[in-house]
Amino acid sequence: MKKFLLNNGSVVVLVLLCVYYSIVTIGRQHPVTPAAGEEVAQAILADTKAPSVLIVTRDTDQDREFARAVRAVIEAGGGTIVDSVHGIAIDAGRAIRTAGEAGKQVDAIATHQPSSEWGPLKTERLEESRNEFRSLRGVKLYKPVSYVWPSFLTRPNLVNVVNQNADIAIIAIGMTLVIITAGIDLSVGSLVAVAGVVTAVTIQKWAGGADAGAAGMIGCSLIGIGVCLLCGVFNGVMVTYFRVPAFVVTLGIMMVARGVALIIAVQYQSSLLGGGTKGTPEAVKVEAIAWPWLGNGSILGVPNPILLMLVLYILAHLVMTRTSFGRYVYAVGGNPEAARLSGVPVFAVLISVYALCGAMAGLAGVIDASRFEGGRPIAGDLYELKVIAAVVVGGTSLAGGEGRIFGTLIGAMIIAVIENGLNMAGVASYEQKIVFGLLILVAVLLDRLKARD
Amino acid sequence: MNETTHKTQPILTMRGIDKSFPGVHALRNVDLDLIAGEVLALLGENGAGKSTLIRVLGGAHSLDKGTIHIDGQAVSVDSPQESQAAGISIIYQEFNLVPALSVRENVFLGQEPSRLSIIPVEKERKRTRELFAKIGVTIDPDALVRDLTIAEQQVVEIAKALATDARIIVMDEPTAALSPNEVEGLFTIIRDLRSQGIGIVYVSHRLVEIFEIADRVTVLRDGSLVGTKPIGELTRESMIEMMVGRKLENEFPKRSSGSTPETSAGEGGLVVSNLCRGDAVRNVSFQVKRGELVALTGLVGAGRTETVRLIFGADRRDAGDILLDGKKLAVSKPRDAIAAGICLLTEDRKHQGLVLKRSVLENFGLPNMSRFAPRGWIDQKQERSAFDGYVKQLRVKVASRDQLAANLSGGNQQKIVLARWLERNAEVIIFDEPTRGIDVGAKYEIYLLMNELAAQGKVVLMISSELPEVIGMADRILVMHEGRITGEIADGRAATQEQIMDLAVQ
Repeated sequence: MKKFLLNNGSVVVLVLLCVYYSIVTIGRQHPVTPAAGEEVAQAILADTKAPSVLIVTRDTDQDREFARAVRAVIEAGGGTIVDSVHGIAIDAGRAIRTAGEAGKQVDAIATHQPSSEWGPLKTERLEESRNEFRSLRGVKLYKPVSYVWPSFLTRPNLVNVVNQNADIAIIAIGMTLVIITAGIDLSVGSLVAVAGVVTAVTIQKWAGGADAGAAGMIGCSLIGIGVCLLCGVFNGVMVTYFRVPAFVVTLGIMMVARGVALIIAVQYQSSLLGGGTKGTPEAVKVEAIAWPWLGNGSILGVPNPILLMLVLYILAHLVMTRTSFGRYVYAVGGNPEAARLSGVPVFAVLISVYALCGAMAGLAGVIDASRFEGGRPIAGDLYELKVIAAVVVGGTSLAGGEGRIFGTLIGAMIIAVIENGLNMAGVASYEQKIVFGLLILVAVLLDRLKARD
Repeated sequence: MNETTHKTQPILTMRGIDKSFPGVHALRNVDLDLIAGEVLALLGENGAGKSTLIRVLGGAHSLDKGTIHIDGQAVSVDSPQESQAAGISIIYQEFNLVPALSVRENVFLGQEPSRLSIIPVEKERKRTRELFAKIGVTIDPDALVRDLTIAEQQVVEIAKALATDARIIVMDEPTAALSPNEVEGLFTIIRDLRSQGIGIVYVSHRLVEIFEIADRVTVLRDGSLVGTKPIGELTRESMIEMMVGRKLENEFPKRSSGSTPETSAGEGGLVVSNLCRGDAVRNVSFQVKRGELVALTGLVGAGRTETVRLIFGADRRDAGDILLDGKKLAVSKPRDAIAAGICLLTEDRKHQGLVLKRSVLENFGLPNMSRFAPRGWIDQKQERSAFDGYVKQLRVKVASRDQLAANLSGGNQQKIVLARWLERNAEVIIFDEPTRGIDVGAKYEIYLLMNELAAQGKVVLMISSELPEVIGMADRILVMHEGRITGEIADGRAATQEQIMDLAVQ
């Protein structure tokens, strides 16, 4: 039992966290999903034959999906849709008045909890409308049934938690390898920015900007990732051939890379404005229409960053457990001298590991640039700390030689869940820092206890 | 003052000293007397217990049994501080000096008046000069230790001992790193200290020096006291006899089918010529034929391990060629040597042989990835079945393939290392102290395997400090001393320990 807890401590922690936040965030849920829309439509059809229905929602994609579901079921059940309004309270009032003045019969107003709070839909105002217009005399308000459920444990929230942290989790793959070799890489946060900015600038300049095709965008992304990979190679060469401590080299590159990202962004901005700098741009805008697909698109309802993350984790797991490279990484971390005397190309392994870590940071930078539709020179700020925290919490020993790829995924999820949960529970960001710090200390303490066993 | 009583009153009396480590009984009921104003040489083979005895005296090891008296008073030396307070000072082979601090600061390190008070720099400087004057040298108290020569650092160690008012000074191989001139200087200092009534325990492998400086000699063997004699009653031969004087037991397997070097050793094999690396390896040349088992022996620090590390590419060689079957090998790193068919079973398995944190299977597979994973993708089935085969063949006791290498006994660790190289199909197999820290039963099995490898026509080179092992196993014996090969005994089985020691101590 004790052994199980020590070996799978991070999984237990993750489950406990989810349970805790589920309990804390229990409350009334007001669904705005297609399923809820169908449910509302069914309720209307049950009360009225061939009803005339007015749909009222906010103007969001989610609300339109809801409205579409209502319309589909009503029309299939022989009813008619008088109007479908997507907007704010005034729009709802105007639609009701228009229908009333035109003498159009309205049997039901289909809406959801948020819109039902609007003035024109309030009980007394509806009563007024019933009295004012004959055609509205029988109108009734329908909305989905609310239920009690933890708002943490809803699909949109969970998907959001993972999606928001997919980039951190991706970098953590590279960091896990580096830490298994008893190293560290502080430059990843800045490399995120470098990759984003370089990719954005190259797309705008060389790949045709707004007209950039898929090949151009992929090529430019590879340039951005390649630059980061080279930075990783540099880190590795310094660590091996020049025996500079990894902490120092990557600290240097962290500062250099951030500076480079900012300079490129500023230079590019000023070149657009025909000289004369106008401060630091928020981002180097990418105008290609398909560009945000990687960061914001989804396949079969799963956001692309999550899919990419999962694929990379499976690949990394296979590499670390089934290939000679993985064996070498563990051996170099566990005992570099024994590895060397066993014929392991220690330097090549170390350089590859730092290069991979740089490339992963670069990929995260490309995702970030896609998500924000431009390369942000301030992207990835303090990511290195979150990434290292994820790896350590995931059970990889800072002493090297031990660690599991999926442990890191769990670690990244723990960090993500804590952040999300704390936000939902309304804990201020300052207090969050304390919780994060303590979490890392506990994780390292667990690692020590395990080592003592 | 009565000179004779002064000379016969022991200042240090150790009685019935007993010390065990897991698996090793390092000291058995050892007695030792040190008289004020004498130099007592402590002699013994590697592993005889000299270092343990010194460490017990210095408070670095606690003793299991026995008593220590200083001036007839029972003292306990359970920590280095207590030892120092009792007037004992140990100068270890590796100096305990801080290179970045000055001479003065090193001399008074640990003797600062109190944590918070200001250090009386001027007083310390004056005292340091006085100490050096007493020894008869001039070293600037404000010089940094890292700028001093080894001999000067040695003097600083001695000054440090005197600064604590030590009346018993133990020197462990003090001349190991000194030039002949510097050795003379040290002897002058030692004679001077002796005349001041300080008792000196002098540990050295150099018998010539013992005759020059020692008054009496105490010899240890296998952790037990052999005896103590005045230097006048001893000859070089009698000293060596006291050190080795152990009967050969039948603990070594006979070669199968009565093979002798003449009949079985083929042509070719390993040839090294003029290997050099600094002072550690000087112009070493030798040959080991296929089917031959050659032992490379000598005292610790003679350059044996350094030599084979050069052959294996673990260290960079200054000069020299390595040939296998007449073909010159370009070996600049272990990877090259392994590719050429050379493998090394290191003496220090824990730090240089195995990745203790990883499983036995991974350790086995590590040098064999080119076989199990030619394209990077490990053929787990092949790797596991090869591993299982060796576990059976070598009778390795492992709980599972996933057992951590750290959790194996020394013998089984050695077998895992051997298995990995056997799988590699190495042509040259170099064993560095193959049976160190291994129990008797496993030893015999390792010996059998070594014989079998030689019988298969491989080149087998063994480094060993254990002379019975050398004589029992080797077809031919090479002896090293201070980086050079100082002798060769063509028929290993006919060699005597005295013969080897004679070549090893010079």
